[in-house]
Amino acid sequence: MEYFVQQLVNGLTLGSIYGMIAIGYTMVYGIIGMINFAHGDIFMLGGFAALIVFLLLTTFIAGVPVVLALLLMMVVAMLTAGLWNWTIEKVAYRPLRGSFRLAPLITAIGMSIALSNFIQVTQGPRNKPIPPLVSSVYDVFGITISLKQIIIIIITAVLLSIFWYIVNKTPLGRAQRATEQDRKMAALLGVDVDRTISVTFIMGAALAAVAGTMYLMYYGVVVFTDGFVPGVKAFTAAVLGGIGSLPGAVLGGLLIGLIESLWSAYFTIDYKDVATFSILAIVLIFKPSGILGRPEVEKV
Amino acid sequence: MANIASTSASAGSDLTARALREAVFAGLISLGLFVLFVGLKSDQNIRNELVLNQRWGLLSIFVIVAAVGRFLMVAYVQPAMARRKAAKAEADSVVKEETFFKRHFSKIAIVALIFYPPVILALVGVQGSLKWVDNFGVQILIYVMLAWGLNIVVGLAGLLDLGYVAFYAVGAYSYALLSTYFGLSFWILLPVAGILAAFWGMILGFPVLRLRGDYLAIVTLAFGEIIRLVLINWTEVTKGTFGVSGIAKATLFGIKFDASKDGFAAMMGLSMSSAYYKIFLFYLILALALLTAYVTIRLRRMPIGRAWEALREDEIACRSLGINTVTTKLTAFATGAMFGGFAGAFFAVRQGFVSPESFVFLESAVILAIVVLGGMGSLTGIAIAAAVMIGGTEILRELSFLKAIFGPDFTPELYRMLIFGLAMVVVMVWKPRGFVGSREPTAFLRERKAISGSFTKEGHG
Repeated sequence: MEYFVQQLVNGLTLGSIYGMIAIGYTMVYGIIGMINFAHGDIFMLGGFAALIVFLLLTTFIAGVPVVLALLLMMVVAMLTAGLWNWTIEKVAYRPLRGSFRLAPLITAIGMSIALSNFIQVTQGPRNKPIPPLVSSVYDVFGITISLKQIIIIIITAVLLSIFWYIVNKTPLGRAQRATEQDRKMAALLGVDVDRTISVTFIMGAALAAVAGTMYLMYYGVVVFTDGFVPGVKAFTAAVLGGIGSLPGAVLGGLLIGLIESLWSAYFTIDYKDVATFSILAIVLIFKPSGILGRPEVEKV
Repeated sequence: MANIASTSASAGSDLTARALREAVFAGLISLGLFVLFVGLKSDQNIRNELVLNQRWGLLSIFVIVAAVGRFLMVAYVQPAMARRKAAKAEADSVVKEETFFKRHFSKIAIVALIFYPPVILALVGVQGSLKWVDNFGVQILIYVMLAWGLNIVVGLAGLLDLGYVAFYAVGAYSYALLSTYFGLSFWILLPVAGILAAFWGMILGFPVLRLRGDYLAIVTLAFGEIIRLVLINWTEVTKGTFGVSGIAKATLFGIKFDASKDGFAAMMGLSMSSAYYKIFLFYLILALALLTAYVTIRLRRMPIGRAWEALREDEIACRSLGINTVTTKLTAFATGAMFGGFAGAFFAVRQGFVSPESFVFLESAVILAIVVLGGMGSLTGIAIAAAVMIGGTEILRELSFLKAIFGPDFTPELYRMLIFGLAMVVVMVWKPRGFVGSREPTAFLRERKAISGSFTKEGHG
């Protein structure tokens, strides 16, 4: 039983990271209907930005409190990733808006290849390990919970609340929801569609960057290929939860995290990714709209 | 008159001011983008700890290039392009007679390909030809064949498949395992690999037929990854990440390409060289690719091909006209997979070694990119796209003279995939419809006319 709860905690931590990445996928898909393949690499880029900020802090200013260091890493990563995603949208996706459906998918795949290789060229192909930032561990009723896990779960909860507030209660969020429902109508009613889409990309990237920072803190290592597998899993999470739905993305992320850690704990760790992908296939085959998604109405 | 001159002069200074503004902006943006990743580099020191190296010079080059590039773009390139567009719009649209070269392009290309190996042999000798026939010829033709195979699924039937490499893997492993364990020859296993791949195409295709568009794309991606992960983890049979090595070579009517007395070189009275085997492989893959093209062209004329294209244009209309969408989609999946399987068997026989490393998602992405960049559905366009994208990245390996410019540490190979990715973006933005953007309809009334690709739909399903 304790082992089970332990795995639940591990799964929730992992799932929080997936959930934060999944939101970027689901929002971009909701608003312009494209799979932003480069999103996983934006997550990796965020991790690298956090890594470099961490190294800057340890090299030039000794003895920065851990809380401040983490906060700085997160903020700089969010800004950098946001700027990257903004630029990518402007250069690679915007000229193709209104073009045929596969075109932005291809540029997104191209961007994904370019981004990971850009990091490989500029930062080198090796693993980048860092010393543990926080190492406290608590023992609660026989379950080991590390401070890292608590931080990740709390930050995810706080960010998601802020995010939920922005999307549901502010004029910006209203513009986003309007653009999502009907881009042409929103533009006619005075919503600056281009700006709204840009902001959506920046928000998604910022969350992915936080996930990247958390990933770096949790595993203590980042490498240039790290964008692909978490990216695909986060996309799986977005689809599982119902693409276009924000709570769905988080729920999907948590489920994927749980499935992965429970599968590794009770079955073989080798096939954990096979399990994740099989679940994706099964969900799509039997309930293509996902858990919380609206069923698609077919219009002629 | 003076009035007009002054407005254009003020427009010119306005333009320069705007260009300067944009240049400063672009410089700032690129500073923000690159400051962490180019300005600083994380390196391991002797104690395996990460330390930072500072590269502000390189960063300033990046920023200056971005700013100057943007300035030139806004001040000169964009006005010039606008003028050209205006001039083009004014000129009467004269119907140009197609040149002889353009009309017979595919025939000329096939003849050129058939004479390619002897010409190379004559030009650079037996040993020098290895690189040109193998790295450029065979490598590009494999991708041409794969892209033509995927074209059946994506270009004709409009089913977006992101896991095509799975069938390539099935074909390669079918040949590798069956020839290693049972010692069967390549010529028996080539059709077997195709059949097995087609069979897998049906198995994977069947459950996903209800899905449409992006969902289908993502499930095919998942299946591609599942097959790769199984290949990695099923170590008893596939030997996992070590891969299967020592795969038997193909023979030409029983003649082996080795140094033995009854080998090809000895029989023909030539000195022994692996170049002859490569040339044989070149003709083999050329024949396989042409077979793919021939089957595609013939199928497009048949009811099943028409059904695929109808399915791509409108699935609902298709269903209401009594076309069985399930079998139509399944045959498209299976036919495409079969050619992937042939290409896989060829890949295994060419390399003599297969490992799961060769069948990553990136390969699927590259093949799909070639299909889309070539202009979906156009065989010529796809062949051109494969030659440009694969040949282009192969040429990067050859650019050793750049070492003289950038110093001995400069390795052009490192930049291969970076440039490949950027090229995908640039080509797509520049020509969203691909290299060959026009279609020849299969069914027509009285007169055959090419229509712009923008009039054909890209499938949803």
